[in-house]
Amino acid sequence: MIDFSRNYFDLFGLTPAFRVDGAVLDRAYRQLQTEVHPDRFAGGSDAQRREALQSSARVNEAYRALKNPVQRAQYLLRLRGIDTLSETDTALPRDFLERQLERREEAADAQAAGDLRALSALLADARAESQALEDALAQLLDGAQEFAGARMQVRELTFLAKLAEDLDAMLAACES
Amino acid sequence: MALFQISEPGETPAPHQRKRAIGIDLGTTNSLVATVRNGLAVVLPDGEGRPLVPSIVRYGEHGVETGYTAMAHQTGDPQNTIVSVKRLMGRGLPDLTDARRFPYRFVDSPGIVRIGTRAGVKSPVEVSADLLRALRDRAEASLGGPVDGAVVTVPAYFDDAQRQATKDAAQLAGLPILRLLNEPTAAAIAYGLDNASEGVYAVYDLGGGTFDISILRLSRGVFEVLATNGDSALGGDDFDHRVFCWIIEAARLAPLSPSDARLLLVKAREAKENLSEHESASILAKLADGSSVNVTLTKAIFTEITGNLVAKTMSPVRRALRDAQLQTTDIKGVVLVGGATRMPQVRRAVAEFFGQPPLTNLNPDEVVALGAAVQANKLAGNRERDDDWLLLDVIPLSLGLETMGGLTEKIIPRNSTIPIARAQEFTTYKDGQTAMAIHVVQGEREKVVDCRSLARFELRGIPPMVAGAARIQVTFQVDADGLLDVAAREQGTGVEATIAVKPSYGLSDGEIAKMLADSFTHAADDMQARALAEAQVEADQIAAATESALATDGELIGTHERAAIDGALAKLRRFREGTDHRALRAAVESLNHVTGEFAARRMDRSVSRALTGKRVDALSD
Repeated sequence: MIDFSRNYFDLFGLTPAFRVDGAVLDRAYRQLQTEVHPDRFAGGSDAQRREALQSSARVNEAYRALKNPVQRAQYLLRLRGIDTLSETDTALPRDFLERQLERREEAADAQAAGDLRALSALLADARAESQALEDALAQLLDGAQEFAGARMQVRELTFLAKLAEDLDAMLAACES
Repeated sequence: MALFQISEPGETPAPHQRKRAIGIDLGTTNSLVATVRNGLAVVLPDGEGRPLVPSIVRYGEHGVETGYTAMAHQTGDPQNTIVSVKRLMGRGLPDLTDARRFPYRFVDSPGIVRIGTRAGVKSPVEVSADLLRALRDRAEASLGGPVDGAVVTVPAYFDDAQRQATKDAAQLAGLPILRLLNEPTAAAIAYGLDNASEGVYAVYDLGGGTFDISILRLSRGVFEVLATNGDSALGGDDFDHRVFCWIIEAARLAPLSPSDARLLLVKAREAKENLSEHESASILAKLADGSSVNVTLTKAIFTEITGNLVAKTMSPVRRALRDAQLQTTDIKGVVLVGGATRMPQVRRAVAEFFGQPPLTNLNPDEVVALGAAVQANKLAGNRERDDDWLLLDVIPLSLGLETMGGLTEKIIPRNSTIPIARAQEFTTYKDGQTAMAIHVVQGEREKVVDCRSLARFELRGIPPMVAGAARIQVTFQVDADGLLDVAAREQGTGVEATIAVKPSYGLSDGEIAKMLADSFTHAADDMQARALAEAQVEADQIAAATESALATDGELIGTHERAAIDGALAKLRRFREGTDHRALRAAVESLNHVTGEFAARRMDRSVSRALTGKRVDALSD
């Protein structure tokens, strides 16, 4: 089946980098699943089926991590021994935090008023800022190879992703 | 008498014999079974050519009846005739907000609703197993032998409890289950393979009792579900109920008996179906007290009273698109599945939402079973011309754990591609804590009370440590059926801790085992019945043969012999009316014995008759 010691990029035949070609990743993912998916081993032994289940789950997890820019950045740093998730130093720039607090307040007001347009605007805003951060991260990680220095941007991106997720949930709640 | 089975030339069993693989659509209103024959998925009809099996089980005076037979009794014997049992799968009585709609005698037991019937208290799993058994029998009769593997479909939005209940039912029915497959995904397989489609498609599946929406990307033989959503308690049944309520109001009826209620529900369904083709439908019924109902429902009123049900399907559609991060303009086609999508107002609403007419070139009743058959055929290992495709499905609802303060910590988010495994570490919150309660929940809400409780675990034997020092890794694993396994382990010390699993829903393994044992007892009854039926056929054959021989060649035997044969025949007829297959077999044997001489003499006579007039050279070969 698959070699669990290989890193996610290697698994899909990619070079570790923040910028990945989505189409190449998609193709490699589908190809790999064709080989390891439990459906291929439905008539196999218990051991084979268990192995297929674990391999396929691993490929799904790897794909999910690389497909999503936030998770991809976190994973890239983890390969360099930097764990952005369990760091004790979680400081963020004051102006960034203030901006996010403002957004959260606006979102709460918009939700209370059932203002879908305002929520959508906030979501678009958060996504635009994420995009700018991603561009900056591509420079830092793929260009300058500044892994430790990219920690702040990765934390900000993580923060924005959570905000976008919450805004999404608010929109969904307003719609239904 | 020995019978030889001779294969037709060209039909000799191949050395690598094909597996008997079937797909089952276990629906709220109707069920179907399909298989792949000569490379083509086909629905297996009953002896009268009817493809559907009404999902109705009756516990009658003379045993279990299913399908149309059970349906005939639904108004006469409503409390023992179970319809729409799918709505009860994996549910407890408190979950059923519409319990009063069902005319059954509900029995509440922890986490699971049961129904009191003439044949005893039945769980929805047992009732479903009876349906599955009928479908299995139909398949076996058609395929000429036991089923090697089955794919059973479930609504995509079914939670873990509902899926597990379905799998338990299949197990109970003695079906070797290859996979639980999501209904809209099954439809997409049937549709996609048929049309060689590429692109992003939406499958809008409004069944008898459940609603699903799935967004899939079809690309070079890969069916990738991007997002799914739905409502596992919304379907055609609810439209029937609206009409039913309208009839009661329009005809100013007093509270109804269970029989009258079921009668009017049947009438309501007929009216609904009529309105797909006509502008109005008259509802005529005679109630038990002799009074009659005569009202006319127009299409306009029907559309009005069901408007919010149609609207209710659109929220899940919006959520699925949002989760897939797509717009309606990204959708290349919308496939309609489920009998309820025949309603014009549903088609109109879908067309309006997606800005394109939905695809309706496949039979919405059959497409799920056909897709399941294709998947079963592939999983069973039967090779087909274009079986080079792969299915990647998702889990519909997030899975998580209860944390401090009754909040949910999500471990696996909804719409994650399955199979998937995720581990998360937790720690103790008190010094010297040696046990940890783990509560597994499913759902999107923040508070545990708003989610579905799936299981409670207790991890014991954690060595006493200061608070926060223990590292307990909880692993969630969801398999390709969408079913969850949870394991918990204390990492740091290497001390093996034990887990006590206590399902908080459905049936425990012990219950399943007991039911299986019971079904073996029933199987013994079934075998008894089969042996008797076979002995009866044999008895009838030999009795008929003996009588005709006595009529034509009666002069060949003496009076003593004749009396012995008559005696044996009389004994055979007596046991023919009884239920003891062994006694009947013995009677057949004894008739065989006393007619032995007679048969030999008849043989001689017929041989000599045949020889008369033949020339000798025609005999020597």
